[in-house]
Amino acid sequence: MTTASAPGVPAATLVTSEQATAARAGTPADATARRGAGPRVRRRGGIAWLGLTPFAAYVLLFLAVPAVIAVGSGFFDASGHPTLANLAALGDPSVLRAFGGSFGLSAASAVIGAVVGALVCWALAALRPDGIVRSMIDSAASVLAQFGGVMLAFAFIATIGTQGLVTAWLVSTFHWDLNADGAFLYTVPGLVIPYVYFQVPLMVLTFMPALEGVKTQWGEAAATLGASRFTYWRRVALPVLAPAFCGSLLLLFANGFSSFATAAALISQGGIVPLTIRAQLTSETIIGLQNVAGVLALGMVVVMAVVMTAYSLLQRRAARWQR
Amino acid sequence: MAAVSAGAPARPAGPARPAGPARSARTSRPARTGGPARAPRFGTAPSLGTAAVVLIVVGLVFAVPLVALLQFTFRQGTDGSLTTAHYTALADPANAGTYQPVFDGLGASLLIAVIAVAIVLLVLLPAQVITALHHPRLRRILEFVCLVPITVPVVVLVVGFVPVYQFVAQVFGSGAWTLSFAIGIIALPFAFRPISAAITAMDLITLTEAARSLGASWWTVTWRVLLPNLRRGILAACFLTITVVLGEYTLASFLSRTTFQTALLLVQGTDPYVAAIFSLGALVFGFLLLVAIGRIGQRRTRVRRPHPKDPA
Repeated sequence: MTTASAPGVPAATLVTSEQATAARAGTPADATARRGAGPRVRRRGGIAWLGLTPFAAYVLLFLAVPAVIAVGSGFFDASGHPTLANLAALGDPSVLRAFGGSFGLSAASAVIGAVVGALVCWALAALRPDGIVRSMIDSAASVLAQFGGVMLAFAFIATIGTQGLVTAWLVSTFHWDLNADGAFLYTVPGLVIPYVYFQVPLMVLTFMPALEGVKTQWGEAAATLGASRFTYWRRVALPVLAPAFCGSLLLLFANGFSSFATAAALISQGGIVPLTIRAQLTSETIIGLQNVAGVLALGMVVVMAVVMTAYSLLQRRAARWQR
Repeated sequence: MAAVSAGAPARPAGPARPAGPARSARTSRPARTGGPARAPRFGTAPSLGTAAVVLIVVGLVFAVPLVALLQFTFRQGTDGSLTTAHYTALADPANAGTYQPVFDGLGASLLIAVIAVAIVLLVLLPAQVITALHHPRLRRILEFVCLVPITVPVVVLVVGFVPVYQFVAQVFGSGAWTLSFAIGIIALPFAFRPISAAITAMDLITLTEAARSLGASWWTVTWRVLLPNLRRGILAACFLTITVVLGEYTLASFLSRTTFQTALLLVQGTDPYVAAIFSLGALVFGFLLLVAIGRIGQRRTRVRRPHPKDPA
């Protein structure tokens, strides 16, 4: 999921080689040759049709239809008439609070995750790219970034929950009770901790290719020209890495914004948008409007679309150096 | 990725050699050793000492929750003493009723994983191969479609899946396995990447044209040329799909089906220790699957070396 970097190049080569074969087939363009090529082309069409139709049907039924329903349902009232009235839900204080909570949680966890993750990437650059430590860290990062969810919630209950290992240690050593004002882990600010735990690995996965794209030769060239290490960082490495860093930061934000499982396992009420959607779907009329879940979904999609567009633009910028 | 790593050799060739335990003989490229004890360092990479400090500190912090989870599985009550009772209780038939949901959920998740892998192999893979072979211009569209599930959060899709699944339940019933259609969509981005990487890594068109020129049927081309060449990408796609299925919670919880994750949350209410044991097991299983993917990927880079000789 990480890099949207290279596709331009291979796609272009594929096109050209395909055109090349087509041209090659076409050059001895007398009638017999063309008749020979005819049935083959038709059969290719058949195979292509057979292969692409199931995919198209599947994606249409289980991706396009749900997405359209999700975003569109906010524009209909209970009896199925189109209306814009439901959009008023976006102005409801509890919904605004949920969006605010989501923004804060995603931003805080993304910034912490990006800084720590970039630091880990920087340290990883000193290791052999195909060494065992690297591959172990890569695997661990993939597991924690994508697989965690409910299980991470359990781990953090065992760590900083009311009976948690770290909670007990803090009390016995520093006489400081983390959960003095109620269980911290089960609040929206408390979610930042488990969120950082899966944001850092995601940062490692997305930022590492960019850091690997920084060639050693650039450092040598800068040193040859008399640059100190500080100058090298300020004038070469940081400008090259900045778009990739910002892009990864946005991806982390999007990841935090859209994740659900960890929060759902820890918090039973609302507080962030995904949890509010759950509350809306399970009991229809909290705010007194219909299809509020659809409106919330629409709001999420708008935020995600903006963030992911910015991400892909930055990624394209960053990909210039990742050859 | 491989090309990048080839361009960036393991850095310090001076006194501090990377601590890669294996094959220290393969030095990291001639270049700039300089000779003296402390060669000046260029470029971005830190010294090995700094790197070790950073990695160890972050590693220790990240180990804390997992250690706490492990310790929790041995915890007896709240007084801090340890016991293996929670593990032995797993095998005790008297508790079978309590744990049944987890095993049911695990079974359902494994069935879903099998179907989702089948969807990847029978629906996504043909589409990707045929696109690469015959419709290179559709590749962009295919990639876009496959990456949509990242941009549209699952929580949003779920709002649309609720009515879709009311229909699905009428056709296929309400078994947990029907979730595999939806989870297959969630897994699309993860399955698409490795297959796509494998397709770009091999010269698909030349190889198939060559096989066709030698008289191979399309069937032979598929079985003897395409699939063997794409094997590693396909395997990685399947493994990633399995981890996505085992980690999936959102869909199952909204559509009220029992899968591994929802069952974990259910059992956590009655017996949190067992939920912790299964969580730990699942995390380790996922880790091992991904280590396997990593090793498959590495073998590819190593195998690639004789490749240039093949056409000759």
